[in-house]
Amino acid sequence: MMDGETVPTARTEPAGIRFEEVSVAYGASTVLDRFDLEVRRGEVMALLGPSGSGKTTALRAVAGFVRPSRGRVHLAGRDVTGLAPHLRGVGMVVQSYALFPHMRVEQNVAFGLKARKAPRREIPGRVAEALEMTGMGGYAGRYPRELSGGQQQRVALARALAIRPDVLLLDEPLSALDAQLRSGMLAELARLHRELPDVTMLYVTHDQVEALTLADRIAVLKDARLVDCGAPAELYRSPRTEFTASFVGGANLLPARGAGDGGALFGGARLRAAEDAPEGPVTLCVRPHLVALGGAGGNELRGSLLTAQWRGSVHRLFVDVGGHEVRADVAELRDPPRPGEEVRLTFSPEDTVLLPPGEPGAVAPRPAEDAEKSGARTPAEVAGG
Amino acid sequence: MLVHSRGARAALHAVFFALFLPVFALPFAVVLAASFAGNWSGALPSSWTLDNYSAAVSGDSLQALNTSLVTAAVASAAALIAGTWAALAAQRLGRRARTAVDAVFMLPVAVPSVVVGLALLVAFSAPPLLLNGTRWIVMLAHAVLVTAFAYQSLTAALARLDPAYEQAAAGLGGRPGYVLWKVKLPLLLPSLGAAAGLCFALSMGELSATMMLYPPDWLPLPVRIFASTDRGALYTGAALAVLLMAATLAALVLLSRVRSRAEQR
Repeated sequence: MMDGETVPTARTEPAGIRFEEVSVAYGASTVLDRFDLEVRRGEVMALLGPSGSGKTTALRAVAGFVRPSRGRVHLAGRDVTGLAPHLRGVGMVVQSYALFPHMRVEQNVAFGLKARKAPRREIPGRVAEALEMTGMGGYAGRYPRELSGGQQQRVALARALAIRPDVLLLDEPLSALDAQLRSGMLAELARLHRELPDVTMLYVTHDQVEALTLADRIAVLKDARLVDCGAPAELYRSPRTEFTASFVGGANLLPARGAGDGGALFGGARLRAAEDAPEGPVTLCVRPHLVALGGAGGNELRGSLLTAQWRGSVHRLFVDVGGHEVRADVAELRDPPRPGEEVRLTFSPEDTVLLPPGEPGAVAPRPAEDAEKSGARTPAEVAGG
Repeated sequence: MLVHSRGARAALHAVFFALFLPVFALPFAVVLAASFAGNWSGALPSSWTLDNYSAAVSGDSLQALNTSLVTAAVASAAALIAGTWAALAAQRLGRRARTAVDAVFMLPVAVPSVVVGLALLVAFSAPPLLLNGTRWIVMLAHAVLVTAFAYQSLTAALARLDPAYEQAAAGLGGRPGYVLWKVKLPLLLPSLGAAAGLCFALSMGELSATMMLYPPDWLPLPVRIFASTDRGALYTGAALAVLLMAATLAALVLLSRVRSRAEQR
């Protein structure tokens, strides 16, 4: 652990990030639109969204690499909107690592300390400390090109931590790593957060698994705007928008009609939900892994099977219910039903969420599908883990 | 390799050497042969001698070589500093302003160097900036001519440089000057070395602007070569040319050593 009473560090004031109506525009295109968010000191906030949603721009506004066209950015209660990057005292780790290729690992890690004029005799100790913290103590004399991607990422992390920042900005830090390394680094980051409870982390990612695993809260961005923000479990179990439901974890989104009595009508079936919804059109949301084949779950839908995909531990069933496709992830079946066969799907009312319907004509985004295809864990594993 | 059969490859090599050797290597071989020639009337020199070289390493010629080396060193150093500075500054400009700066720096290579020489002569022949008749006007002319190349190679190198390095350094608390000195320039070192070599070589061979400007006490080697051949001493001129070539090559080899060390890091 770091204890730096006598050392000039970045930690001079209470930490925390506040975005106040921050907009960033390049010419006519707005890449961040009136972004409002407060990150508490010591909190891990994930900015989750598809590419082009403005999440990286928000992070770069904190680092000082983009200048907001309007709004203010505060760090530890201090307005830093017009402040140059080198005066902000934030640590940053980017996807490409950006280790200085002409410096050894120890020189890379010492860079921030030298730039901030830390006392010369303290530098070696703090470099060693930062390298130990990320498990890179044995590589001090290497050049970056002599390290693997995962090792370079650890050095980049050590370099950012060596200056003992109040705020650590992580811009897709694990995207360049393969799946196995990624889950290892994820655990490592969680451990670092426990060891450095005062460091506020802003973690930009398009991977819901990373966000769900690491974050205290998740801010969901879409089309340059903040659409939702809350604790991971809250966003996952009771999303407030269709986009959140589908992007965080993946969900069946079905057009239904609220009955006004804690239920909804969909395809002639009467379904009950966890919370009441007003009469009129609603979107019925249920996670695929919470839908069972057969059984008695309270809510019941009948339809004909379109396909059954075998995915190893689970079968994903695509079922046509009154012209709408419903997905169900069920434990691997010994004898899966055949396409065209009539199947009965059940799910619990507690797992059924009624959402305000999306804009008419809007295509329901399904980016969670991509995350699953790329080998990330399924929502079921995340929720269970 | 695109060609696999051995015969075809041999034919290709033969064509390569037949086309490229006469164009690139033969003129140099001829100069080299001429520098040792006492008399040359047939296909090859009819008599060999070292007299040309004894003339070439006489006081005046060595003085001229020294003049060329100093001029090239000063001019390329000045060009490198000015070119790097301008390239760094231009990077921060808007597109239109940048095009204008690019054009200004291209001007000395776009116009004939005689024009550059004349321009400097006109500009610096009257007080308060009376440089005409001094060695400084020669160095200035060389610097003006080669800065264009330094500016261009540095602009290209800067465009290739990932901004993430600079941003990472700034994020870690590096003031812009510190980041430039510790991160950007070291990363640009290979390009700076290449630019330095190019500038040096160009300055070593510069003749046309120099001819208009050189004072009697600052006579670079190319002028001397021209003077020799002009009065008919072809073989002495050839020996001086070989001297110029050797000195330039030696300087370039030295520079490329520095460069490869920079790249290895």
